[in-house]
Amino acid sequence: MRFVIALPFLWLGVFFLLPFALVLAIALGTNAPDSVPPVELGIGLKNFALLFTDDLYLAAWLTSLRVATTSTLVALLLGYPMAYAIARAAPERRPLLLMLVVLPFWTSFLIRVYAWMGLLDENGLLNQFLRWSGIATDPGTILGTEWAVHLGIVYAYLPFMVLPLYATLEKMDMSLLEAAADLGARPFAAFLTITLPLSLPGVVAGCLLVFIPAVGEFVIPDLLGGTETLMIGKVLWDEFFTNADWPLASAVAICLLALLVGPIALFQRQQARSLERH
Amino acid sequence: MDRREDGPVSGPIVRIEGLTKRFGAVTAVDDVDLEVAPGELFALLGGSGCGKTTLLRLLAGFETPDAGRLLIDGQDMTGVPPHLRPVNMMFQSYALFPHMNVAENVGYGLRREGVAKAEATTRVADALEQVRLTEYAQRRPAQLSGGQRQRVALARALVKRPKILLLDEPLAALDRKLREGTRFELVRLQAELGLTFVMVTHDQQEAMSMATRLAVMNAGRIVQVGSPREVYERPATRFVADFIGVANILKTEDGWLALRPEKIALSVERSGLANVVAGKIVDLAYEGDRSLYRIATDGAVLIVSTAPNLAHRRGDSVWLGWAADAGHPLDA
Repeated sequence: MRFVIALPFLWLGVFFLLPFALVLAIALGTNAPDSVPPVELGIGLKNFALLFTDDLYLAAWLTSLRVATTSTLVALLLGYPMAYAIARAAPERRPLLLMLVVLPFWTSFLIRVYAWMGLLDENGLLNQFLRWSGIATDPGTILGTEWAVHLGIVYAYLPFMVLPLYATLEKMDMSLLEAAADLGARPFAAFLTITLPLSLPGVVAGCLLVFIPAVGEFVIPDLLGGTETLMIGKVLWDEFFTNADWPLASAVAICLLALLVGPIALFQRQQARSLERH
Repeated sequence: MDRREDGPVSGPIVRIEGLTKRFGAVTAVDDVDLEVAPGELFALLGGSGCGKTTLLRLLAGFETPDAGRLLIDGQDMTGVPPHLRPVNMMFQSYALFPHMNVAENVGYGLRREGVAKAEATTRVADALEQVRLTEYAQRRPAQLSGGQRQRVALARALVKRPKILLLDEPLAALDRKLREGTRFELVRLQAELGLTFVMVTHDQQEAMSMATRLAVMNAGRIVQVGSPREVYERPATRFVADFIGVANILKTEDGWLALRPEKIALSVERSGLANVVAGKIVDLAYEGDRSLYRIATDGAVLIVSTAPNLAHRRGDSVWLGWAADAGHPLDA
């Protein structure tokens, strides 16, 4: 019994805490391109100082936050009606509709992002269609812009928005809406005063599940975004692999984690609270 | 005047004509005609699946009828959505809004109506006082007992000043002790307000003790409508006789006869009553305020109720007797 409880902690200790300590140690060291590994250990904050003084990093942080925030909002605006429609569909049709939401997971994430490249490329399917149909003779290219990054993030993380929203909407007591109607609420007023406030836990959960990975997202901005969309995940990658500056990359990783601790803690607390309620 | 005895006095507040509601192959409400007079405490009584709840939901507007008409205070309610009907419902589950406190719950309907804030505050305060919940105004429903929640639901419906208050199994969620007290409280409130109550219940005792009139329903149809006394003393059918209270149903040469347990006299010596039959005590139960017996006679086992009595034993031979007019003939 004790072993069963200890196992996940042991796992976390070995595969999370220990690597985290290593990353922190590297972040406090200095870059030493000629040694293997290319780090000289020590205690210094100059890597962190650089992150907060160099405009490039600051811009990357802000872009990441902005892209993640707008993507989350768009996912919420798309996901809420989807979740609502599924939750209110006939019970025998819900499994099929949920399946359709989850279906993209059956294909590798990377392949799906590559598929978007094929769609959004200058000579991609979208532009071919636009030229063929005569809607636009000289359409611009979406690939390589921030639009493409938003599109990719919303597409990839929409299920994470829909599922928690569906869970809260589905378990809502429908007699509450009847009571609201009985007391004189039009359907839309009943939605605003009853459904929406009662689904807030799902809204918070969905937003965090989209926002947290979106901030640190690397693959989507790398493949779909252009050079002008510099997000922090991509900076981390570049520092590590292109510039081989391990300490700076580690400092970026630490900061990313620190930035997300707030939302993650919020998410955990909210989950714990909803567990208490049931 | 005994308020339980008077029938409709003015135009009906509810008028139902040929109302029918089907769910797939099931006809939940089957060609029902009914009138309820203003100020009545009317009960729809029946077992589960008899259509009583569907009928109440048709009144509230949560279901749309497949045929027939429903008029409330002379106004045809066909196509009128729930939020525009002059009725309010107290739900069986109470359906209190969990994210609002008691005062917000009670004030919800007034906010939707656009009642001015000052007036709404006064009306909410009055409604809370009426149900003795003034001190609980700031509590959330989750922080209240079952009885308190029931009173919030009542206040939330009453504060709207509906023409009819609909009550779906108003006492079902309460424990037995609380149920008794609440029963009297609801009747008192109804009489004080002079408001029409239409109540759904599966509990015949509840319907009998509270209603001015009641409708016994079975399989989507109304089997009998009348005052509790009429329905008890003169049940129209075997179903009603059996459903309302306890009845011995006897086969006679003319048909069926309902004989209430308390109309049968039990004695050791043969009595001089019009009908006498010998029997043997199969079971007996002393219940404090009365004694109940199951007595095997030549034809059937009869249930007999007498004043509390500890003299008899199981297996005793006894005589049963009842007056010529004690039984009530049944249609079917």
